[in-house]
Amino acid sequence: MFKKLFTKKRSRIFNLYRVFRALFISQYALMVEYRAEIALWAISGTLPLIMLSLWSNSQAIYSFGYNPINLAHYFISAFVVRQFTAVWVMVSLEEDNLEGKISPYLLQPVPPIFRYLFSHISEQFSRLPLVLLMIFLLFLFKPNYFWLPNIGSLIISIGTIFIAFLLRFLIHWIFAMICFFTDKASSLERLLLIPYLFLSGMIAPLEAYPEQIKQFALLTPFPYILYLPSKMLSSQSFNQTINIEVLFIWIVVLSIVSVFTWRIGVKHYSAMGA
Amino acid sequence: MPVIRVKDLSKEYLVADKQPGLIGTFRHFFSREYTSIKAVESIGFNIDRGEIVGFIGPNGAGKTTTLKMLCGLIHPTSGVVNVSGNIPSLRKYKFLKDITLVMGQKQQLIWDLPPIDSLKVNAAVYGIPDKEASYRIQELALMLDLKEELNRPVRKLSLGQRMKAELLASLLHRPSILFLDEPTLGLDVNSQLRVRDFLYNYNQKYQATIILTSHYMADITSLCKRILVIDKGQLFYDGPLAKLTQQFSPSRLVRLEFNEQINFSLLKHYGKIIKQDNYSVKLLINRNDLPQKINNLLNNFSIRDLEIADPPIEEIISKIYSNKIE
Ligand SMILES: Nc1ncnc2c1ncn2[C@@H]1O[C@H](COP(=O)(O)OP(=O)(O)OP(=O)(O)O)[C@@H](O)[C@H]1O
Ligand SMILES: [Mg+2]
Repeated sequence: MFKKLFTKKRSRIFNLYRVFRALFISQYALMVEYRAEIALWAISGTLPLIMLSLWSNSQAIYSFGYNPINLAHYFISAFVVRQFTAVWVMVSLEEDNLEGKISPYLLQPVPPIFRYLFSHISEQFSRLPLVLLMIFLLFLFKPNYFWLPNIGSLIISIGTIFIAFLLRFLIHWIFAMICFFTDKASSLERLLLIPYLFLSGMIAPLEAYPEQIKQFALLTPFPYILYLPSKMLSSQSFNQTINIEVLFIWIVVLSIVSVFTWRIGVKHYSAMGA
Repeated sequence: MPVIRVKDLSKEYLVADKQPGLIGTFRHFFSREYTSIKAVESIGFNIDRGEIVGFIGPNGAGKTTTLKMLCGLIHPTSGVVNVSGNIPSLRKYKFLKDITLVMGQKQQLIWDLPPIDSLKVNAAVYGIPDKEASYRIQELALMLDLKEELNRPVRKLSLGQRMKAELLASLLHRPSILFLDEPTLGLDVNSQLRVRDFLYNYNQKYQATIILTSHYMADITSLCKRILVIDKGQLFYDGPLAKLTQQFSPSRLVRLEFNEQINFSLLKHYGKIIKQDNYSVKLLINRNDLPQKINNLLNNFSIRDLEIADPPIEEIISKIYSNKIE
């Protein structure tokens, strides 16, 4: 009995892997169809590079412990991190809702969140060559910015980026449940953009902030989405203690919240006639 | 032992009332008043394994609502639904693997990719091994007469091809219970025929239970021995199609061809004239008087040909729908 239960669980997990693989392949094919849009998207994610050019002539950066080179490393890393933590699940879910695709998904034996999660991951993979090309071009024109993280910190960075992505995905997923209540939910995405811009380290590394704001930011999930992985990738030490506990508490809390909001959302969706 | 059991099933939708205009919107924001719409009212039926049941009724009768309750998308307001031992609204894995819902007006295939890609995702979702999946795809494609269409982007397929691919995707996991909501919607006569044949073959091959709604009576007459008629949320008839015709159409359609031109007004007291031509006429004659009247006709006129049939099912149905028969 116990063994049976166990193999059942395992086969279910293996099956998730198969779903992931199948979605990966189909999503990749889709991305090849949409490659022009993807390129546009990747370019539209260049805000960190713009910030870099704004900051690079400023003397202020020395006051918070940066110099032009490591600031460049920070923002280039932020650019890469942003590319691989892009989340558009609110738009996807809203679209699927309007097209009536949620109902068939609900009738399939895989929780719909995995569909969206996996298709995000596969799309991120499909951007990899593009991002590499953009980085290559950047280093070509600005050779003094060139650096390579060592293999150890690269691996840790990839891990951190993935966690950052999961965190961001969860936040957006929870907000996406609003799709079930109104048909203009994706415009709410902009609400998330504001704290993301200011608290994540997008417009400036957190060191540039006054101490209290910095401390506050570190209690929110946002720095772990951009600042932390960017620091890792640019192989910079942290001037202040980052509370990894805070990150894990957020992941646990948001996971639990997402389960409940999903239930509430689906209940409402179903009550409205599915 | 029936595979689908439905008892006293009802569904009310709550719809928030909103007055038009700004004030209405403002009020709506703070206090909502709801009207309840009774979509389905205390219906009941049992369906056995392997049956193909036609589920018909006018627009807004409650067909889609009932199918959604049967497959677990919406919770009943009251009543009992049991599908192969499961309560559908719990959406347990075991249940989901055993059913499928196909909606003619909604598509699940990925628009910009060939159907084959969506099929592979479905195969994984339902845990069908790759080899088995490609075997099933081949088999179903053959039954549906789909070939290289599976490798063309969905957006480049015709409506009929898309519907067939949609069916293929919905049946890849070989569900034994099929809920089909207008699967032939918008298809031309040939495609309708294909889909019909396919459903018949699928039913025969896998002993699948099928509940089918359609506004094309040909779908129903060619596939379903039994029909459920629903109107304004209430079950109005449950039984063989043939009996419905007898019950709701007291007349039969008699077509006569004469050897000579005749005076049609002489035919008036035999029955209701539906259509008349130089040498032929179509009459509706009450079933009870039929032998007597035919006899008289044969005696009084020089008749070349005679044919007796049920009036077209569409006519009967439209009568039922418009409540001309009480
Ligand atoms: N989501 C919903 N919210 C409120 N009322 C609904 C909803 N869906 C259906 N209804 C109402 O419930 C009743 C039954 O609708 P249903 O869609 O089940 O009819 P149907 O028999 O499928 O009709 P059709 O032949 O037009 O598809 C209708 O009066 C409809 O307006
Ligand atoms: Mg309907």
